[in-house]
Amino acid sequence: MAVIYIDNVPYEVKAGKNLLEACLSLGFDLPYFCWHPAMGSVGACRQCAVKLFKDDQDTKGRLVMSCMESVRDNLYCSIEDTTAKAFRSQVIEWLMTNHPHDCAVCDEGGSCHLQDMTVMTGHAYRRFNYKKRTYNNQYLGPLINHEMNRCIQCYRCVRFYKDYAGGKDLDVFAAHNNVYFGRATDGVLENEFSGNLAEVCPTGVFTDKTLKEHYTRKWDLTMAPSICQHCSLGCNIIAGERYGELRQITNRYNGDVNGYFICDRGRFGYEYVNSLNRIQHPLIRSHVPEAVNRETLFDHLKPLLSGKVIGVGSPRASLESNFALRQLVGENQFFSGVPETTAEMMEIILSVFNTGDVRIPSMKETEEADVVLILGEDLNNSAPRLALSVRQAVRNNPVEVANTINIPAWHDAALRELVQSEKGDCFIAYPVITKLDELASGTYYISPDEIARLGYAIANFLDPQASAVPDLQGNMQGHAVLIGNSLQKAKNPLIVTGVSLQNPSIIKAAAAIAAALGEGDRKAMLAVVVPDCNSMGLAMMNAPSILNSTALSTIGSPDTLIILENDLFSISQEAQISEILDRSTNIIVLDHLHNPTSARADIVIPVGTFSEADGTLVNNEGRAQAYFQVYMPKNENLRESWRWLSDLKNLRDGTTDANNVTPHDLIRQLADKMPQFTGADQAMPTADLRIKDQKIPREPHRYSGRTAMNANLDVSEPKPPSDPDTPLSFTMEGYKGLQPAPLNSFFWSPGWNSNQSVHKYQMEVGGALYGGNPGVRLFNHINPGDRSYMNGIPPRFKPDKENWEMLPLPHLFGSEALSSLSKGIAELSPQPYVAINSMDAESLNVDEGSILQVIIEGVQYELPVKIKPELPARTAGLPYNLQELTGIKWPAHGQLVKG
Amino acid sequence: MEKPLTQHINSNRPPLNFNEYSGVGGYEAVRKAMAMAPAEITKTVQDSDLKGRGGAGFNTGMKWSFVPMNGRHESKYLVANADEMEPGTFKDRLLLEGNPHQLIEGMIISAYAIQANVSYIFLRWAYKKAARVIRQAIAEAYDAGYLGKNILGSGFSLEMHLHTGVGRYMCGEETALLNALEGKRATPRTKPPFPQVSGLFGKPTIVNNVETLCNIPHIINRGAEWFKDLSLGDDAGTKLYGISGRVNKPGIWELPMGTTMRELIEEHGGGMRKGYKFKGALPGGASTDFLVEEHMDVKMDFRSVAAAGSRLGTGTMVILDDQTCPVGFVHNLEHFFAQESCGWCTPCREGLPWTEKILKSLENGSGRQEDISLLEMHTQFLGPGNTFCALAPGAMEPLQSALKYFRDDFEKHIDEKRCPYK
Repeated sequence: MAVIYIDNVPYEVKAGKNLLEACLSLGFDLPYFCWHPAMGSVGACRQCAVKLFKDDQDTKGRLVMSCMESVRDNLYCSIEDTTAKAFRSQVIEWLMTNHPHDCAVCDEGGSCHLQDMTVMTGHAYRRFNYKKRTYNNQYLGPLINHEMNRCIQCYRCVRFYKDYAGGKDLDVFAAHNNVYFGRATDGVLENEFSGNLAEVCPTGVFTDKTLKEHYTRKWDLTMAPSICQHCSLGCNIIAGERYGELRQITNRYNGDVNGYFICDRGRFGYEYVNSLNRIQHPLIRSHVPEAVNRETLFDHLKPLLSGKVIGVGSPRASLESNFALRQLVGENQFFSGVPETTAEMMEIILSVFNTGDVRIPSMKETEEADVVLILGEDLNNSAPRLALSVRQAVRNNPVEVANTINIPAWHDAALRELVQSEKGDCFIAYPVITKLDELASGTYYISPDEIARLGYAIANFLDPQASAVPDLQGNMQGHAVLIGNSLQKAKNPLIVTGVSLQNPSIIKAAAAIAAALGEGDRKAMLAVVVPDCNSMGLAMMNAPSILNSTALSTIGSPDTLIILENDLFSISQEAQISEILDRSTNIIVLDHLHNPTSARADIVIPVGTFSEADGTLVNNEGRAQAYFQVYMPKNENLRESWRWLSDLKNLRDGTTDANNVTPHDLIRQLADKMPQFTGADQAMPTADLRIKDQKIPREPHRYSGRTAMNANLDVSEPKPPSDPDTPLSFTMEGYKGLQPAPLNSFFWSPGWNSNQSVHKYQMEVGGALYGGNPGVRLFNHINPGDRSYMNGIPPRFKPDKENWEMLPLPHLFGSEALSSLSKGIAELSPQPYVAINSMDAESLNVDEGSILQVIIEGVQYELPVKIKPELPARTAGLPYNLQELTGIKWPAHGQLVKG
Repeated sequence: MEKPLTQHINSNRPPLNFNEYSGVGGYEAVRKAMAMAPAEITKTVQDSDLKGRGGAGFNTGMKWSFVPMNGRHESKYLVANADEMEPGTFKDRLLLEGNPHQLIEGMIISAYAIQANVSYIFLRWAYKKAARVIRQAIAEAYDAGYLGKNILGSGFSLEMHLHTGVGRYMCGEETALLNALEGKRATPRTKPPFPQVSGLFGKPTIVNNVETLCNIPHIINRGAEWFKDLSLGDDAGTKLYGISGRVNKPGIWELPMGTTMRELIEEHGGGMRKGYKFKGALPGGASTDFLVEEHMDVKMDFRSVAAAGSRLGTGTMVILDDQTCPVGFVHNLEHFFAQESCGWCTPCREGLPWTEKILKSLENGSGRQEDISLLEMHTQFLGPGNTFCALAPGAMEPLQSALKYFRDDFEKHIDEKRCPYK
């Protein structure tokens, strides 16, 4: 700690910070542009100037940039000094000389850091009376809009895109007051995190193009804290609505999870909520017309719920909904709707996590690793935000040198000059080139079984007690020793693995390495990528897969099969799914979009998406996090699955709930029933939580149009919907102070209208949110000593002339079904292909683009060839889960025939 | 009067080749240096009080002494800053074109002193002739074993590369030069960390001006005391002084440090041309404050010029005469500086074009009363420390001193709504 004097008042601040951070953490309003809490200082914009004095006797002082000044004991500075204030105002006037002042038509208006800083410095009257310079704008793809005239040259965009996220196609061009931020030529931004440009840009140069399609100012959005639904990492987001339409997703800071950034799939994948393909009414296929009201539905449903009822849960439905289904059908009739191999892999992951042999890192903790080993994942495509963390982690080793020459950790410019392109060790074993390969000190393009064997060989090197790998080929032992040595020397090693290659042995091998690395304080981190946003939560409910053969025999021929938010046809072969569906007399599907499974249902019940429902999800690290309904849909049929299912239970049992069932009630019951969920109820607050007797508003206090927006229907203002399920209100009324962190519907503070206001919600800049970062971690090592996961080294991979090993290759855009329904994401998704290496292409006598027949279990696909020279022999990569390629039972083998 | 730097330069014939240079005692200093400990060389240079000739005037030996010598670094770099682009400055050009071996010899010794293994000459793009002769000289030095592996069997190795810039003034700033050399944008870096600790490619680096480096062989050969005795004033050595403007004989001369402005203009420059009177001068290149008639007897060394309110800078003087409009003169300079701003920090990027536009409007007759206070605001707020590097503060020096000494001229432009010199 250090004591500094700001305008002669002493404050205790944390040593090692810069003066700007210290001032902001103390609550002072000091304007800035180029500094970013996650990206550090470069001293470019000169906006955060303060007066610095030599000592308490010095009255003259000198201007310094607070972002470039380390705090130290007895530092005397002044924010209020007349010259400092005049200078800060002058910086704004300079920035404004060329700014177009087009706030009224700018998407950033109302949540613009430049507006806020302008007001903060007091600059008002323009003295520059010459022509402004103008630029041409670029087409940057369907997701990001470019308007260069608004640029104030803070360099944040390139610092984020190039330096932080490793992008190659955005840069700064030209010089003096003509610098240009964009691409060399028009074209789609290639980086997975391009959407963050809209948030790091302090003004309206880079904005969300999907928001533009249905533009609303921030102050007019109804917003709720939410959790991203498009992968397993559980990034915190804010979802905003107006006129019954979901309009925007922004990052919601969670210091332990996503920090300040989310990926483009998460930011732009929301448009399925507004899809015309939404199921709007309960449907009874045998009824004319199909669409029925709730009464008819219940009348029709009642007889179907007695008898043998089987429930199929979903890895993309909330804990509440899965639990409500389990309650309805009973423990033994509840199955998980995931493929068999996935279920097997999830079981392994749970057993590893339950032993406590490894440290399960939060995403923040992964950024602290010094050596990284990635076994069988292409993170940029399967868990993108984690790839961004790994990118930061590889800098930890080289950055350590900085301490020896007194370069502080916040001094980004100096650190990057010092470190240049040096990196800590990072090893990647994956069948094809991944984007992170550019960071890697070793890359191994091998088949899934070989990846597992390499992993086991490393484990064996680290711990001779672990089983030796027989029949190692080529340099594998050498690789294992190299990687093992590096991991052993590491202070904080991280192993990353996952389910993407559909190979349980890889996960076991990764766990074996982590376990072999150390115990107690030396415990290694093991991060595991799982398939969906609630795969972990569903797996923790310990329900067998519906596709499991023993499960099938238990099911027999049920009277009714209830399928919750799950398109079964996308997870396995049509024949297998049809066989299951055919067993049941009645099929009930609860989902929000029409899909092949709902097409087969006798009864379809429309449910709310994440924006129309509350719920709790468990992410890949076992963190239970709540998401909240954003708005009350006009269509009363769009109800939460858990509410429908609770109603169905009452309907069957002839009971009524004395009180409204709330998500918190369901989670509490779940935790009571299954101790592995102990603590999950802390993630979802009770509905009756009030602060100063008030609910917490979903709308900013400037929300407009409330009395007019429905005037075409009724001139009297309708009663706003109430929310009996959570502490949030659907209006701007409610408690305006600091909310509990999980309930931050939006970040706003007086004078800070943009997302930069987040520091007002943090205990210190870049630190935890007040009251702690949201989420409750559930794994608590209930099963120590069980090392059964260590066994099962697969035999050596042998290329098979006839039977090709098919490899599912995930894609950021395209491999996740819901996000693929967004227009922009669909546009950027790859076309179906089959990837093979050059030798195999030669032996099949095909070239890039030739059509191959790919036959998997009798199903034939005609796919153009993509040559990936690094692919192991006789393996063929298919883009995982593209709409045209769903329904493959993984892991898969198949035949390739020239068409 | 000794002229160590220019003694072998004759602009009427090509520069000395390796053999000719060796014949007049060239590379003796390298041989002498190789027998000395690196720290001894640094000490000698420090004792000689050689100050950086690029403009900042920092003790060269002292600068070297900050380079870590603990042997932990695989690479260290020495860079010759030959990106001479200050308007009115052409002194390094003489040394580069006139005697490239002198520079190379100085660089070898300097690199040895800091134990650098790679050296660069960062040359201004437009100095085509210099590039040609330097390339030739480097090749000769390699052939003779003064560059490359194990120089003179000393175990010391040094590679030398010529790098030609793309014509940005910014590259004369040592940290921007390093960025450019790394293939990045020529934006400056913050100090600390200084290049001596984290410089080129993040490794310890010394950047010295050409004239500075050319002094090194002579200091090693003749010693620190000899070097100090060359001077007439407080600072040691000789200095290349230049004059441009309406004097009878504009040119460049090697003279003892501390020669007065009067002697320079009247004796060496041959006095003002007929019909023109001296009005003022930028004593050290375009980014220094005007000195005027009353300063004629100021000694041209770092301390004396600073005491008079300006800077010795590069020691090359630009003269303003009584028939040239000072507003137009300064406008020309601000146009240059605004164009050469790298665009990194706000005050420089946005402030300089503003001053340029104001000065242009004064010249056009559309100046307003408030323009003078706007110019003054810029001279105050673009001062040292407020901007990221010294470019904008340098750009403000001629402007602020013009406002001080020639304020009447500015006011006349506004009052008469025209340039009175046109």
